Parts: sequence; structure tokens; C-alpha cells
Amino acid sequence: MEREYSEKVMDHFRNPRNVGEIKDASGIGKVGNPVCGDIMNLYIKVENDVIVNAKFKTMGCGAAIATSSMVTELVKGKTVKEAQSISNRAVAEALGGLPKIKLHCSVLAEEGLKLAIKDYLKKSGKPLDDVKK
Amino acid sequence: MKRVYLDHNATTPTHPDVVRAMQPYYEEIFGNASSVHRFGREARKAVEEARKNLASLLGAKRADEIIFTSGGTESDNFAIKGVARALRDKGNHIITSSVEHLAVHNTCKFLEKNGYSVTYIPVDKYGIIDLEAFKKSITDETILVTIMYANNETGTVEPLAEITKIAKERGVYLHTDAVQAVGKIDVNVEELGVDLLSLSGHKFCGPKGVGALYVRRGTKIAPMQIGGHHERNRRAGTENVPAIVGIGKAAELAGKNMAREAARIRDLRDRLQEGIEKSIKEVRLNGHPARRLPNTCNISFEYLEGESIILNLDMEGVAVSTGSACTSGSLEPSHVLISMGVSPQTAQGSIRFSLGRVNTKEDIDYLLKILPPIIERLRKMSPLYKE
Repeated sequence: MEREYSEKVMDHFRNPRNVGEIKDASGIGKVGNPVCGDIMNLYIKVENDVIVNAKFKTMGCGAAIATSSMVTELVKGKTVKEAQSISNRAVAEALGGLPKIKLHCSVLAEEGLKLAIKDYLKKSGKPLDDVKK
Repeated sequence: MKRVYLDHNATTPTHPDVVRAMQPYYEEIFGNASSVHRFGREARKAVEEARKNLASLLGAKRADEIIFTSGGTESDNFAIKGVARALRDKGNHIITSSVEHLAVHNTCKFLEKNGYSVTYIPVDKYGIIDLEAFKKSITDETILVTIMYANNETGTVEPLAEITKIAKERGVYLHTDAVQAVGKIDVNVEELGVDLLSLSGHKFCGPKGVGALYVRRGTKIAPMQIGGHHERNRRAGTENVPAIVGIGKAAELAGKNMAREAARIRDLRDRLQEGIEKSIKEVRLNGHPARRLPNTCNISFEYLEGESIILNLDMEGVAVSTGSACTSGSLEPSHVLISMGVSPQTAQGSIRFSLGRVNTKEDIDYLLKILPPIIERLRKMSPLYKE
């Protein structure tokens, strides 16, 4: 069983990007992973339909912290619509893969992002139709 | 980079004297201990010498009460399945605790699927089994009680002599998994009164791949590994002579040095524990503060997850472990801590520090220097933590 983290995962774990909160966030996604108890808060700042900033706070294992860090990197500069299509697989791939047993951690990142976007759409009075649950 | 090993409950470095003792048994004295010729006789002599050393460490009356196995897991399987099979006509009920090592826990689960009934005795907040519940759980169908001596995660030492006394009064066999106890605290099979006891070589500076099962004379047990007449028909297979010599040497060294070493290691452990409690807020000791192995200290760091701490310590050269979520190939929080009533969240942030022969005061001071900033950094990242 492959248990080791890739160098990219360790890099994001060691030096996580975008740690913190955004005071005037456009949307916040708070998720907990029922499988292992990890918790993530994801904050996004949206201007003219573009995600201009993203930050996170996570309590979790190496994979949870690295995927949180990576998802904030991936969404920055993307339109809300583009960001909606970022899957947990995409986050894992951007990190050079995750050990099989840790793949569920990337789900946390995807769900955090989806919830943050949903929160933003709700707050800004936009339709939620095309948001996948 | 500095390397500090604080994971001795996982495994220990083999003692150099053990390695030296084993060396000749690969190339020079390589005989099969069952052979009649000189080569075989030399190997046999070494195996029986090792058996005596182990018997003496355990205070066993007879050396032939020791059966060599491949390790703790085999010894546990052998004891539990062997008695279950041998006493099948007598009953089908087995009693164990809720904090056992998986080698015992999953063997009991296996028997449950195969027509046996198993009672899991609860523990208190320190991990000590509920003696009243245990007493009440014994029925006429009970054939075996299997309860560990010392817990691998918390170091909590069970009141084994009392447990044995209760089992004996009802005429039930008692097996104990003493894998973590042997070599760390006094283990005397006569004083404890146990019928079967599992131990593992690599937990007390012996080699990996060798262990033993103590079986009190007259105890009914069916062999698990079938084949030749080795180990008096109880465990077939050519003896692993070098490893057996190694575990024998480790037993001899433990008998000689344990009392002194345990006191030294306890001081270091207490220094570590007090140091953490002093420099880091919101920590919690898991396990009994006093009735505990001298080398073990299990601490929960609130608002954090264990693996993130382990990885950070690893980057600084310090090796520790946890039985908690997301680390040991299992995603569930430690069943040991949960059984003790620790919340899943707190169990998740638990770290086991387990010391050994190679540790020094400098090791502990190094850990105490690097740990607080790691905890602070991770807590700043945690959504649960409010400064």
C-alpha cells in the first residue's frame, strides 16, 4: 500500500499557502469530514464574478492541510463558474496524487469550495441553479 | 540532522549485544535444531539456552512452558484460537477488554464469526477494566479470559493479579498479552497466576520476527501451526535459531538491567510530560497517571489532528506515533481512547511518546524545544482554536 506523500504534498504541508481568514469574505464554506473528523473553513473574496482571494483554516492530517492549501491556489483568478468545476480529483492531481487512503481528504477541499461558492451566490442574490451539491 | 527516536512501543533498536550473540548462528552454527548430528545439537543447545533465559525472566517454573513463535501476533492468535479449539466442548464464551491490541481484538472478532460469543469488558477513564463488570460476565460457558497486561497506546497497566484471581475462582483460563510489559516492568507468571502469556522480542531490544507464548503446564491448547514435532508438537516449523538466540539474549539483558533502566527512563518520561504540560496549554494526559508503563506518555493536543504533529516532528528528526485517525492506515479514532471516554476530537489529537534504552536527557530537551512552536503554528491554522 502506497502511504508516502508526494513532494508536492509535503511542500504544501510544510508551507501552506493562504492560511487565515478573510474578514469581509464574499463566501465561506465550513465543512467537516465525517470519515476522519477533519474540519475546514474556506473563505473566498469575489469581485466582478472573479475569485480574487481565497484563504483557509484546517484541522486535519497532512493531506487535509495540503489539499486545503492547493484548492485556495487553484481558485484564485478563476471565475465563479470555473471554480465550480474544480473536483477533488483535480486538487489531488495538482498535488501529484495522494495515497489511496487519503483521497477522501481531497473531498473536503472540493466540498469546502462548493459551499463557499454557494454561500457567495446566496449572499449576492444570484441563482443557485447550476451549483452542484 | 538530529534524530530522536521516541516510538519504542512500536519497536526498539536491537541491542548490540543481541546482534553479536546472533551473528554466529547464521554461518557457523547454522544447524537445524531437530537434527541428530553435531550441527543440529549445537543449534538445539542454543535454543534451549534461550528458552531458559526467557523462562527465568518470566519467573516460569519450567523452561518447557515457553513456546517460541514468530512474534506477539502469532502468540495471541495461538493462545486464543488454541484454547477456543481445545475447550470447544466445554463452552463457547470468551471474555476480553475493550482496549486490546488488534492482534487480540480481531482474533476475538474472528471467533465471534465462528460460533463463539465474546464479551468486551469496558474500562474507566484511565483505561483500567471494570472488575465488577468482569466478575459478572463470567458464565458456565466461559472458557477463556484474555486481557492485556499493559496498553500499547496509553501504557496503562491492568490489575492483572486481581483479574487472574477472579478467573481462577471460576476455573477459567487466563491469557494476557504482555507484549508491551515484558522488559519494561516486572512480569512474573507465578505472581500473576496467568495460564498463557504472549510476548514479542523486538519490543525489548530483541530481533523482529520472534516471540513466545508462555503456556502453564497442563493448560489445554490445540496447536495452530501443524507439521513436524517441533516445540513438543505445539508449534510446527524449523526453529528460527538466530532469532531465538537473540530473544534469549534480550531476555537476559532485560533481567539484568530492567530495574535500573526503568527508573532512568521513568525520570526522562516525567521530564517530557511535565515539560509539555508546562509549555503547552490545553493538553490532556491519556492513561493512568501512576499505574502506567514507565516509558509511555500519551498526550492529546486539543484542536489538532495527530498526523500533522507527527509529520512536523518528523521533519525535525523526532519519531513519535499515534493510534488515532488518519495515521495508522485506519481512519477511525483509536478504539482505546474512545473506550476510555475520550471524545473523538480529543482522541484525534493524541500523540504517543514511548521512550527506551537509547534516549537521553538531551533528546527530551530537544523535543521540548521544538514541540511548542509546532503546536502553536498548527493551532493558528485550526478553525477550532480561538486564541
